[in-house]
Amino acid sequence: MAVDDKTLTTEDNRAFEAGLDALEMPALLPRPGPGVVFVRSVLPPLVAVVAFIGLWQLAYSVELKPSYALPSPRDVLQTFSQTVRDGRAVDAISISVSRGALGFVASLAVGTVLGLAMWRSRWLRAALGPFVSGLQSLPSVAWVPAAIIWFGLSDAAIYAVVLLGAVPSIANGLLAGFDQVPPLLDKVGRVLGLSTVGRIRHVLLPAALPGYLAGLKQGWAFSWRSLMAAELITYSPALGIGLGQQLNIGRELNAMDLVIASIVLILLVGVAIELLVFAPLERRILRARGLTIARSR
Amino acid sequence: MTHPALQPAATSRPPAGDDQTVAPSASVRVTQLVQVFERDHPPVLDRIDLDVGPGEFVCLLGASGCGKSTLLSLIAGLGTPTSGSIEVTVDRPALVFQEPALLPWLTAAGNVELALKARKVGRHERRAGAERLLTLVNLTGQGHKRVHELSGGMRQRVALARALAQDSQLLLMDEPFAALDAITRDALHEELTRLWSKQGLSIVFVTHNVREAVRLGQRVLLMSSRPGRIVREWRLELSQPRAIESPGVSALATEITHHLRAEISRHGR
Ligand SMILES: Nc1ncnc2c1ncn2[C@@H]1O[C@H](COP(=O)(O)OP(=O)(O)O)[C@@H](O)[C@H]1O
Ligand SMILES: [Mg+2]
Repeated sequence: MAVDDKTLTTEDNRAFEAGLDALEMPALLPRPGPGVVFVRSVLPPLVAVVAFIGLWQLAYSVELKPSYALPSPRDVLQTFSQTVRDGRAVDAISISVSRGALGFVASLAVGTVLGLAMWRSRWLRAALGPFVSGLQSLPSVAWVPAAIIWFGLSDAAIYAVVLLGAVPSIANGLLAGFDQVPPLLDKVGRVLGLSTVGRIRHVLLPAALPGYLAGLKQGWAFSWRSLMAAELITYSPALGIGLGQQLNIGRELNAMDLVIASIVLILLVGVAIELLVFAPLERRILRARGLTIARSR
Repeated sequence: MTHPALQPAATSRPPAGDDQTVAPSASVRVTQLVQVFERDHPPVLDRIDLDVGPGEFVCLLGASGCGKSTLLSLIAGLGTPTSGSIEVTVDRPALVFQEPALLPWLTAAGNVELALKARKVGRHERRAGAERLLTLVNLTGQGHKRVHELSGGMRQRVALARALAQDSQLLLMDEPFAALDAITRDALHEELTRLWSKQGLSIVFVTHNVREAVRLGQRVLLMSSRPGRIVREWRLELSQPRAIESPGVSALATEITHHLRAEISRHGR
């Protein structure tokens, strides 16, 4: 049975294939320019802040509360800039952020090891899984009294609370990351003949990275909250004055302007770390995989 | 020069099925293979005997769920059979899955390079090797693209390049083109027959598409379902390359479809 005059030559087929490629290539959305980014993402929250301050000013003007309880935006701004000028703000930030960072790094190490151990051992996972997940929903401020009884008014007490707050999220994030790795990808590693270590390093870990990162992000948020809770309660001259302690001083002095200024600082630090550390990391990791972060339109 | 499969063919003769320019070496011998997943169920694979000669292109045809993927992954060494033996004359067969199964955090070239890295190819040779392999599947200069920037047909060609990077003389393919549209599939059939005749590979190609099997194979094996057995075999005398719409392919496809339908209908009774 000899057939076939109708087949393409190799050259024809190559051109044909290249044409198909050109037609089928998924269209990539162009990255929005700075103007578009400003209008879409920067302007709306700015408008919200301005509106909020306007309402606040209004409440102050009609004396909704006595002025010691509800200072004007201007008073708070003054106190704020004074704490910045006399160095209190910078000191408090550096004390709290370095504690937060150290606590987070420690949580990262412990949470990662715990997550890996639970992933490797089915038994360990069955035994500890429910507790780790349960701890995730326990507000870590609940640990503060226990930590103070065990460790006294010390840094150790603060770090204990931070770890108990962050470790479960990080361990669970890593587990979730591993669970989401498609079994097919592990098969690819085996077919290619990668060793066990090679498969973990080149397939499993990179595949689990998005889930792990989500865990880290939540772990950081929990670290920061736990830290503030711990600082607020464990006040002692030996501990230095972090943001939480500064907030507590405001409360003791009945100085609402200092309280609000401290809250704003705590908020700013949290947002700054999210924006400067986690957001770019997440964007890079997701974009490389073609998983773009949902953009509001 | 570590990678013979990367070298261009020595001659530029038009490829012809039985006329390889590279000495083929791999073959597979499957003897009385049985695979049981669950007790009290009929075996998924039942006493399969299969010989694939060096440089041969064999298509394994069967309805979905008849055990084609199971057989292929056993040959690939991804599991151990319940009983029977599999002899393969290469260290590690290359396998192309139904989905491209590319690692989405790597570029096209990165995916190919990983296969070279698994073979302990040095960094510089890896880069050059990946580029050559991508050229081989008509993806010259596309190596920097991420997986999500490629079309379905391009992804499957990257997967093919990655399998070729394993430098195995035995290539196993599990419905590799099933998810592609007919036009793209045509182009890839062409590509694959060209690579096969040039590189002297032994290929076991699994499909549930009769025309595809007839378009590609030198031999077409028909599998039954539950239990999976090889029930019939056709040796093709059509020359390569052949067009999927040619009368020879159509005639044989009609005959094989008839048998496949009869095989499937048994289960409805
Ligand atoms: N790991 C497994 N455990 C249990 N059953 C399986 C497993 N793998 C495949 N099977 C069963 O074996 C049969 C054949 O599957 P498969 O080889 O994937 O078929 P095909 O590739 O021909 O569509 C199916 O009925 C499937 O449910
Ligand atoms: Mg299958």
